[in-house]
Amino acid sequence: MSDDLVKRVLKVIATSKRVPPETVTIDSEFQQLGIDSMDAVEILFALENEFDITIPDEEVRTVRNVRQMCQGVEKLVAAKSAETKAGQ
Amino acid sequence: MRRVAITGIGTISALGRNTAEFAEALRAGRSGIGPIESTDVSQVRFQNGAEVKDYSHQPYFDDRRADFMDRFAQFAVIAAREAVEDAAVAWTPELRETAAIITGSCVGGQSTEDIGFQEVYKLRHNRVHPLTIPKTMANAGASHMSMEFGITGPSFTISTACSSSGHAIGQAYWMVRSGVTDLAITGGSEAPFSYGILKAWEAMRVVSPETCRPFSRDRRGMILGEGAAMLVLEPLDAAQARGARIHAEIVGFGMSSDACHITQPSVEGAVRAMRAALRDSGLAPEAFGYINAHGTATPANDPTETAGIRCVFGDHARRLAVSSTKSMHGHTLGAAAALECAATALALRDGILPPTANFSEPDPECDLDVIPNVARLAQVEYAMSNSFAFGGLNAVLVLRKA
Repeated sequence: MSDDLVKRVLKVIATSKRVPPETVTIDSEFQQLGIDSMDAVEILFALENEFDITIPDEEVRTVRNVRQMCQGVEKLVAAKSAETKAGQ
Repeated sequence: MRRVAITGIGTISALGRNTAEFAEALRAGRSGIGPIESTDVSQVRFQNGAEVKDYSHQPYFDDRRADFMDRFAQFAVIAAREAVEDAAVAWTPELRETAAIITGSCVGGQSTEDIGFQEVYKLRHNRVHPLTIPKTMANAGASHMSMEFGITGPSFTISTACSSSGHAIGQAYWMVRSGVTDLAITGGSEAPFSYGILKAWEAMRVVSPETCRPFSRDRRGMILGEGAAMLVLEPLDAAQARGARIHAEIVGFGMSSDACHITQPSVEGAVRAMRAALRDSGLAPEAFGYINAHGTATPANDPTETAGIRCVFGDHARRLAVSSTKSMHGHTLGAAAALECAATALALRDGILPPTANFSEPDPECDLDVIPNVARLAQVEYAMSNSFAFGGLNAVLVLRKA
């Protein structure tokens, strides 16, 4: 995973949840951060805007921590850039 | 305190244009959920809804009157007409002066507002239609009902999201019970199928990409619906004296607030609302045979409601039949509690408990007798109808077989 991507995901989580950026790390569990289902929906919305991706509901059902979230975003960003290239 | 009878029922929903069709679909376990047709949903993540198919105002309202009414207000009047005709209300000048109208609606005429906002924001027009405000206001349904019947008594609208019409019927019940009014027309109406509203629901990630499967392990969320249900409530003795047909009695109403989270349901809040309804009715949990559940089919609601029912009813929960008719008429938001109260009254009256449709697989977290897919013949004396809204505002009605 690229550092840049991780950094952007961490920033989105901290901004949405309105917590100091240093409290969110790649190893944070959502439970530790006090992220409930509505917080999660807001974070997904912010991530979709940040990365210009669409995050399907099926992709998020099992995501419980920041690392899984970064991996999911990475996958969708890669799929999007592959699609863009194929279209060129 | 007076006993309160339901003497009239009117409905319009995905299950049909009147209560006979509604009852027939519930009996058959036939779902009204299908591809959304009234709005372009090609850019929406979900495609299905429970619409009033091929609806046009024309058989119900002349064009000029319809100009003044959002679809939700039209539904309110259509259901109220049926309820009043069903009750064969004997209008007198005094009755028109004291009768009450209490409706529920969650989004009111926001579909009209959505069109107005497209005009200014998207199309850059410099003006919005002058009827936007009177069509949008959530009390428009109640106001048009008052004009329809010439009712000049107390009329108002309650907006508590998915409990709106539960709170409305509860207030109407208490007003008739206490003698404040001798007749109330009460229920709810909703018409949420417009693009902006659908996108807002999409963003919440609570709407199913396929159908509504309450209490089923493979449930994937709610399905939005539209429609209205209205009831006529009268004192039981007066209704009997004039030889009215009594569909069922309302015998209790309870409310609570979760005071917890703006969207996540709470077991404690649900429990307190059900217990308040039991206290109001003076009944023991063992008296009940059926619960029309809130049963939205979201991952969170159904296990929470199951835990709440188990907590209130204890061992008796094993002997209770519980179903969610949202599996058939969809989640009609502010009309939901009214359609479900109507379904509960019909279940008691006809001795047929409506099923939970689209049920495919038991969920250990929802281990109740949910009447899967097939209606059940059962004579039940007391039933409960649950509504637990976003915002944690809960309303529970208790009905008795007439």
